[in-house]
Amino acid sequence: MDSSATDGARLPPPRAGSRLCVRCGERKAALKRPKTLEQICRECFYIIFEDEIHQTIVQNSLFKAGERVAIGASGGKDSTVLAYVLSELNRQHNYGLDLFLLSVDEGITGYRDDSLETVKRNEIQYGLPLKIVSYKDLYGWTMDDIVKAIGLKNNCTFCGVFRRQALDRGAALLKADKIVTGHNADDIAETVLLNILRGDIARLSRCTFITTGEDGPIPRCKPFKYTYEKEIVMYAYFKKLDYFSTECIYSPNAYRGFAREFIKDLERMRPRAILDIIKSGENFRISTTTRMPEQGTCERCGYISSQKLCKACVLLDGLNRGLPKLGIGSTKAGARADSDGKQRTKRSERNTSSLQGKHGNFDF
Amino acid sequence: MAACGGAGCGPQCSSSSSAGGQEDALAESMGRLSTASAAAACGKCDGGGAAVAVAGGVGMCAGCFRAHLFGKFKLSVTSNAMVRPTDAVLLAFSGGPASRVALQFIHEMQSKAIQSWEASNSQALPVFSLGVAFVDERSVLSASLPGHEIQAAIEDIRSVVSGLSPGDKRVHIAPLEEVFSSGSDDKAARLKEVVGVISDETGRDDFVRRLRMLSLQKVALENGYTKIMLGTCASGIACHVLSATVKGQGYALPADVQYVDTRWEVPVVLPLHDCLAQELNLLCEIDSLKTQQLLDRPCSGINGLVSSFVSRLREENSSREHTILRTAQKLKPFSFNKFSANGYHDFLPSRLRPKFQNIDANECTFSEILCLICGSPFSESELLNLENTKLKAQKKIDLYTAHCCQSCHFQILPAATDMYGHFFSLLPKFWTEKVDAASASHSSLRDQIADYLLDEDDGN
Repeated sequence: MDSSATDGARLPPPRAGSRLCVRCGERKAALKRPKTLEQICRECFYIIFEDEIHQTIVQNSLFKAGERVAIGASGGKDSTVLAYVLSELNRQHNYGLDLFLLSVDEGITGYRDDSLETVKRNEIQYGLPLKIVSYKDLYGWTMDDIVKAIGLKNNCTFCGVFRRQALDRGAALLKADKIVTGHNADDIAETVLLNILRGDIARLSRCTFITTGEDGPIPRCKPFKYTYEKEIVMYAYFKKLDYFSTECIYSPNAYRGFAREFIKDLERMRPRAILDIIKSGENFRISTTTRMPEQGTCERCGYISSQKLCKACVLLDGLNRGLPKLGIGSTKAGARADSDGKQRTKRSERNTSSLQGKHGNFDF
Repeated sequence: MAACGGAGCGPQCSSSSSAGGQEDALAESMGRLSTASAAAACGKCDGGGAAVAVAGGVGMCAGCFRAHLFGKFKLSVTSNAMVRPTDAVLLAFSGGPASRVALQFIHEMQSKAIQSWEASNSQALPVFSLGVAFVDERSVLSASLPGHEIQAAIEDIRSVVSGLSPGDKRVHIAPLEEVFSSGSDDKAARLKEVVGVISDETGRDDFVRRLRMLSLQKVALENGYTKIMLGTCASGIACHVLSATVKGQGYALPADVQYVDTRWEVPVVLPLHDCLAQELNLLCEIDSLKTQQLLDRPCSGINGLVSSFVSRLREENSSREHTILRTAQKLKPFSFNKFSANGYHDFLPSRLRPKFQNIDANECTFSEILCLICGSPFSESELLNLENTKLKAQKKIDLYTAHCCQSCHFQILPAATDMYGHFFSLLPKFWTEKVDAASASHSSLRDQIADYLLDEDDGN
């Protein structure tokens, strides 16, 4: 992410005599579009970028007039650009949405408090109300506390599970009809690959859905499903949007996971590969003989779950009982790890870490 | 001669390392497998010898490791009815470790069958016959590989095959350009030209793989073979899973990762489907099976990138390739991914027949539309595009183009649309003849109702 921002910052200023925009043929080209490699001017880039997102929203019927929509806001580039663009499109195309920002405070000193300051500024700049829910309020534990209890390994699992649920709970609290997140095309392509690599057929079948949880109380939408990460950075740069770009201090290496690196290499070689991966994910047909987990609700907190207790309650139970590693890894793997001893456990943990994307697991 | 078919991983996929990296990769893989079981006894025969390999989590001595791999090979062959006593099997041989092991194993199955046949009194069933094919790609290789080295490799192949007895085995050397059999012009030049028109590196790679499969089909059809056996192993299939995903071929992907593929006139089978490249490399080392590293060309473009990625994953977790394979096998296969002709399973041992009889009963018609170039089944959006084009196509070129999947459209068809005609004219005639036949059938229907059509300006 830092490197992306830096790459954006290093874009050379338009040179005298440089070629004209291939779209309007009038202004000087200011950039080469990451998705298509077309050389276009700044104004055309804004139009194309926003219009593609608009088309995605319309063609997938993401919203209905009058809906109250929570924008998951982390202060990072994706959610900042999402808040800005959604606000613009809502105004330009009269979606009629009641938009507000919803942030989750994980309780990471030196990281989340700074990023939330960014969201508070966004609240003022974009005129969107902001609501913050915290792990401390919901679970009684901050991430700082959790890391003290279990160390750096696997803390991303806790954070990913808690954050997803926290967003849903915050949205319910504020009576939202929909949640939108800033997951972009790169994120989704990465998730498709990770699910293939991990053999997770259940997630593979749904990780490309632009809307998830339609059967649940608050559906969750990804308007940036087909939007490239580099273009989001570029848009933020040219629009001079205020965002926070430091990586999480508890997972500094997550950004450099194998799959992420692979996707960046692919993108350099063939820009459309990211969309092609998403298209593949959309076209996979799961064999009907494969048993898919059934959806139900957690008997303790009522959250959606395929088990008796949802993942968050299992993890929370472990924390509260002083057994934080309870719930890490599947039951079968856990049992085997015990019998095989330390060597297997160590290898298992190392294996898990390299296949995490940024910020740990994607719980699409 | 028209053969429709799929872009399965060719024999070259069986070994994903470059020639230079091959030895290092082998040394590394041996080291890694050995380290895990250093000084440990064989877990199978209980102290029979020092463990040299770990497979399936168990340390094994050389003999047990070999038996383990052979068992997987044999199980693939029998449980998928790959080879019947009446079959003539053509083994695609590239010289790499995987096809070398496949040759060895299928030869051993043949030998055992011959012994049984000679020992039995009834002699009711024949023994399948076996031939070996090597696709000579000199005409598309860069000048970096001298022709005389390939010739030496071919002589090595002949001597390897002649050393396998009992059972006579013919060796077929198939120059890639022979696929362009129609007309009397220079085939090699034509091959070079059509490959040269493809500007995308990955597209060229995939196109040559396709030609390789067509070459094998041609040899098989001309010489009476009923099956083509590839040395594609689990590692090659894992690479293909990711490559196809990256190319947007998620719908078609399951077609290429099954044990059996009957899209072709001569069905294609993958008996090493469950064996890892690492295991096969090690077995060649243990058994001193000679391999030809010279012929291993590194994959380029997207395929090369995927190959490197999978190698890296394997180093970190040796079962990752199997996980990828398992994921892909949970995707729905196509009707052509099993044998369903009436009576096909009649020669099977009686204990296996009930399993296949159920399959026969559920037989469904092969109705997929396949890509003109790579043979991938069309996804819904590709079918819609094809139907739309049929309604308004004014030129054959438009129909040919619409019969190409989106991936081939992007990476194989020329970037400039005015080059399409030239490209299609270079292809072997039987490729486009299928579209012509389908188009003629459609025109014939239109003719029958032409009197009742109101739009008189419409016409092909």
